[in-house]
Amino acid sequence: MTPLLTVSNLSRDFVKSLDMVAKVLNRLGQNYREEVVHAVDDVSFSVFKGEIVGVVGESGCGKSTLGRMVAGILPPTSGQVSFDVTQAKNTDIPDALRTQMIFQDPFSSLNPRKRVIDIITEAPIHHKLIAPSEKRAFAIEMLQRVGLDPDTLERYPHQFSGGQRQRVGIARALAVSPEFLVCDESIAALDVSIQAQIINLFVDLKDSYDLTYLFISHDIGVIEHISDRVIVMYLGRIVETAPIETFVKQPNHPYTQALLAGVPRLEVGKRQYEPISGEIPSPLSPPTGCHFHPRCKFATARCKAEKPALREIAPAHFSACHLNDEA
Amino acid sequence: MDPILQIKDLQTHFFTKAGVLKAVDGVSLEIGAGEIVGLVGESGSGKSITGFSIMGLVDAPGRIVGGQILFKGQDLAKLSPAEMQAYRGNRIAMIFQDPMMTLNPVLRIETQMVETILSHDSSVSKIDAHARARDALGLVGISSPDERLRAYPHQFSGGMRQRVSIAIAMLNRPDLIIADEPTTALDVTIQGQVIHEMQRLCQETKTALLWITHDLAVVAGIAERICVMYAGRVVEQGPNANVIAAPMHPYTTGLLGSVPGQNRRGQPLQQIEGMVPSLMNLPTGCAFQNRCNLVSDICTSTNPDAISTKDGRLVRCHNIAAGDSA
Repeated sequence: MTPLLTVSNLSRDFVKSLDMVAKVLNRLGQNYREEVVHAVDDVSFSVFKGEIVGVVGESGCGKSTLGRMVAGILPPTSGQVSFDVTQAKNTDIPDALRTQMIFQDPFSSLNPRKRVIDIITEAPIHHKLIAPSEKRAFAIEMLQRVGLDPDTLERYPHQFSGGQRQRVGIARALAVSPEFLVCDESIAALDVSIQAQIINLFVDLKDSYDLTYLFISHDIGVIEHISDRVIVMYLGRIVETAPIETFVKQPNHPYTQALLAGVPRLEVGKRQYEPISGEIPSPLSPPTGCHFHPRCKFATARCKAEKPALREIAPAHFSACHLNDEA
Repeated sequence: MDPILQIKDLQTHFFTKAGVLKAVDGVSLEIGAGEIVGLVGESGSGKSITGFSIMGLVDAPGRIVGGQILFKGQDLAKLSPAEMQAYRGNRIAMIFQDPMMTLNPVLRIETQMVETILSHDSSVSKIDAHARARDALGLVGISSPDERLRAYPHQFSGGMRQRVSIAIAMLNRPDLIIADEPTTALDVTIQGQVIHEMQRLCQETKTALLWITHDLAVVAGIAERICVMYAGRVVEQGPNANVIAAPMHPYTTGLLGSVPGQNRRGQPLQQIEGMVPSLMNLPTGCAFQNRCNLVSDICTSTNPDAISTKDGRLVRCHNIAAGDSA
């Protein structure tokens, strides 16, 4: 089976260029360097049709940058994202529309000066997927798909609650009949009971419209619930990818293990927390070798010097850790 | 043993132009020495306002209109602002969600910590205050505290900053700490570290802790007792294990059912239909009626009183009879 979406050697650097003063001082013999953050560092993976792939990681790990590149909003520094058009169910839409994104903050991702009907129909009308005369009927159908009352058509975003606004955002993404949705922390800003409604909506939509998801979240509970496969990122690199059962039961990378141990869980009940030590290092000056070695209790001299490669340790289970070589 | 804090039927209302908003409407709870109590609820449930009421931090148009906040027998609701000042930061401390908002960005950590000590006890010498500040930083797991004391808040990471605000809260060895979403802004591994420090400090110093959060999983891991709030009222409170394992109020049941995790993979999450009603016009009767699947006639007419159950819970629901247990 060929993957629907293939990401190969994708990297993105953010460069803070030198200001005037630093440039002048450099001419006078000072040595100011440009600051470079490798937000995403040589990342490769693939997503198959109908799959939900979860991306987890802590702040600064590059998961959002990755999502934006996959969605085509942000050009990569190097590497590429390729979409297999032969597997697409909808052949007559422009390629750029096939991937849509749903954002974290439903307050800032909708234009406050537009009515819901215009928010939803702007893109399909522009791309001539629907005629302007069909606008109203189309918007009503979209709202019903995401579980909103068609009476809300003429409202502005501020007249909705957070959960409803997120539904509008989903309707807008679905309006161009995409194949692939990138959800970047799409439920992080919502209350628990509303979160459950939106998660269920995502699952329903996947089944009814044959969608494929890249689901980015810092919340491991959400990822465990929704994903088929999980990608774990740390400081711009993938440290482990595994099918969900393996991720939950036999995580391989010490970082994944620490992450899972730190998650508060209902079913565990009262317990004593024994966290891993250390801060998340600054992405401006990541540690050498394996990025995780300063916090890892198994770290050896090799981890400090050499970057571990992402290797397959079991079918479909990849991990980037030197410890796997010794075992 | 007498509880450190005893809240009886607290009512904090906001008198706005559009009407009276009953943010906290009859909350009662108790915390003993060294005990951790979790106060859980969604946005707008009144959990933070309960915390602010204890600290005397409710701003106009809000006002405590009824009930008692007994701190070691003294009713805090009746104190003048000046008298309250002597308690705040001294006997009772608060930790907020965003440590960047709590710490003054233009003062060194040292200045802020020494100030906290001296403002409550002017007999302490500056040298002693400095030493206490340094020890407090060491206690919350900050390495090289001497150097860190000279730093400004922006030089710390988010998790470190939250540790500093915990250290400041612990400085005067308070009897009670109110923590309002202290780990919500933090990453998982850092959250684990902060919870670990708080757990340890409470056990070692016998400080009582009220942990306010929307995250049930966090309080399930640390609290002795859990109070669940909805629309300004505590709908269920009781021992941690009982509430989590066998919730009795339909709202608690729904809330627990909507937490995603590995156990319910492939099944849809249980969802609570609808939204939290506006506090401005709550329905007569039970505030949860329009989202409840056990609703009956009495729910729409009478607001349920708290019923105590066999296993030591208080539940506000008409479907529960006195003496029931789950």
